Amino acid sequence: MGEKIEFCRGGGCTAKLGPGILNRVLERLPKGPRDENLLIGYDSRDDAAVYRISDDTAIVQTLDFFPPMVDDPYTFGQIAAANALSDIFAMGGDVKTALNIVCFPEKMDLNILGAIMQGGAEKVIEAGGTLAGGHSIADQDVKYGLSVTGVVNPNRALANNSGQPGDKLILTKPLGVGIICTANRVGEASKEAMEAAVNSMTKLNRSASEIFRRHPIHACTDVTGFGLLGHLHEMLDGKLTAVIYAKEVPVISQAFTYADDFLLTAAGQRNRNHMESYVDFREISFAMEEVLFDPQTSGGLLAAVPPEAAEEILAELGEAGLEAKVIGALGDVKENIKSGGKEIVVMENQPLI
Amino acid sequence: MLKVNAMGDACPIPVVKTKQAIRELNGSGEVEVLVDNEIAVQNLTKMAKQKGYAIRSSKLEEGKFQVNLVIADENPEVSGNAGNDGHGEETENSEETICIPDQRKRTVVVISSNQMGHGDEVLGKMLMKGFIFALTQQDALPGTILFYNGGAFLTCEESASLEDLRLLESQGVEILTCGTCLNHYGLADKLKIGGVTNMYEITEKMMQAESIVKP
Repeated sequence: MGEKIEFCRGGGCTAKLGPGILNRVLERLPKGPRDENLLIGYDSRDDAAVYRISDDTAIVQTLDFFPPMVDDPYTFGQIAAANALSDIFAMGGDVKTALNIVCFPEKMDLNILGAIMQGGAEKVIEAGGTLAGGHSIADQDVKYGLSVTGVVNPNRALANNSGQPGDKLILTKPLGVGIICTANRVGEASKEAMEAAVNSMTKLNRSASEIFRRHPIHACTDVTGFGLLGHLHEMLDGKLTAVIYAKEVPVISQAFTYADDFLLTAAGQRNRNHMESYVDFREISFAMEEVLFDPQTSGGLLAAVPPEAAEEILAELGEAGLEAKVIGALGDVKENIKSGGKEIVVMENQPLI
Repeated sequence: MLKVNAMGDACPIPVVKTKQAIRELNGSGEVEVLVDNEIAVQNLTKMAKQKGYAIRSSKLEEGKFQVNLVIADENPEVSGNAGNDGHGEETENSEETICIPDQRKRTVVVISSNQMGHGDEVLGKMLMKGFIFALTQQDALPGTILFYNGGAFLTCEESASLEDLRLLESQGVEILTCGTCLNHYGLADKLKIGGVTNMYEITEKMMQAESIVKP
């Protein structure tokens, strides 16, 4: 594909509204009478909704779309779709149908739109679903994504906030794609870095989700616009604490270089503003801090797993070709006292016990 | 002095343009940057802190911020030099060498209520908002602002002063809120800016202050 997408101001999940702003709006929305079949809605701070239609079947609904973060339209379509499909996988569900959401300038070459949607359609098929329709409107900038419907056994749906103290935290994709795409935007990313980022962003979370489902894991979420620390914060839900071992966190290494060159997004800084007061960084480099706040487009799954199961799960993820690592652990909220009132402690190494 | 207009530019463009200007200085000097949003001010401040540049920023009007970076001789920007790893407050030295009077460490502002003065509540809140805004306009900023008792509401959700406090924080003012007070008022998960502190630190900050400002 030779066509390039006109670059827009903030692509991918860096285009998300900041968590601070969003919470203020969401908290004021009228909720209406409670529907007991709505098992997971926005009050659990999840991206997707899970609705029970029978004792052993619930539907999972999700919607995600954003402006391009890469120049190549086909690749952009793949990334946007992988990102939207990820919400179903984070819930432990199977993808069934997907609808396209498209914003596209009338004057732009339609072949570009064709390439975007082809990339998306291929990912829907790879995810095990069917592309069933969509909606498009004329707009100034390109935006693309999917509304996806999946199914899950309601007794096995994975919430993002049901972790237990003592659980190990597993992350299934490297961090840093936001910073690398930002560097690429100003022509400072290397070809290798961009390839690594694209390779990560186009990868579906399907195999990771299927592996997690075979084990008694406690909680799962996908790491997207709020960065690792933002999504971890939602997982803790005021009831848990966490410690992160910086050395164990998988990162596309060039992201450190670009962070040290201050090729940073506004969204990353918004994440920092929102999260910094919850985090105790213990001798962590500036670049690593930035990576932990970096908004991820089509990021990996973050799961809270019982410690005894962690090794086996990790081995299976490795066999599936994923760069997964145990990056930390959950603790009881009483540990807050030990960590000086901070919910998340980031230290370089796992202490030897 | 070199001027950079980064109005209308999304991050990281303001930083990229500023780095370009710093390279053009080819040594010591000053770069003045105009940006249209606070996040860009914060990203520039982050860079200045890491690189040890002195930085001043002020809000000129709604949607217009001016940031001045002063680059001392010993800090030529070399691309590829990842900067010092230690993150934080090693800016004092370079600030001294270029003689920007730094009153910061010595003044502590203590805010113990969400109102200024005693009397009508509406007026008191309005005055407090005005006070914090006026702080952002001072040439010499305080080193620390302490919030306790009713003051804790001002660093939390729904405070009318968050934007001003963010601007202060982006210029290096330390903002601390009493943890006991947050818990007492049920604000523990509503804190929007700065860190949480305890009575030991509050006392220490006040004891070591050269002057304490209490509205």
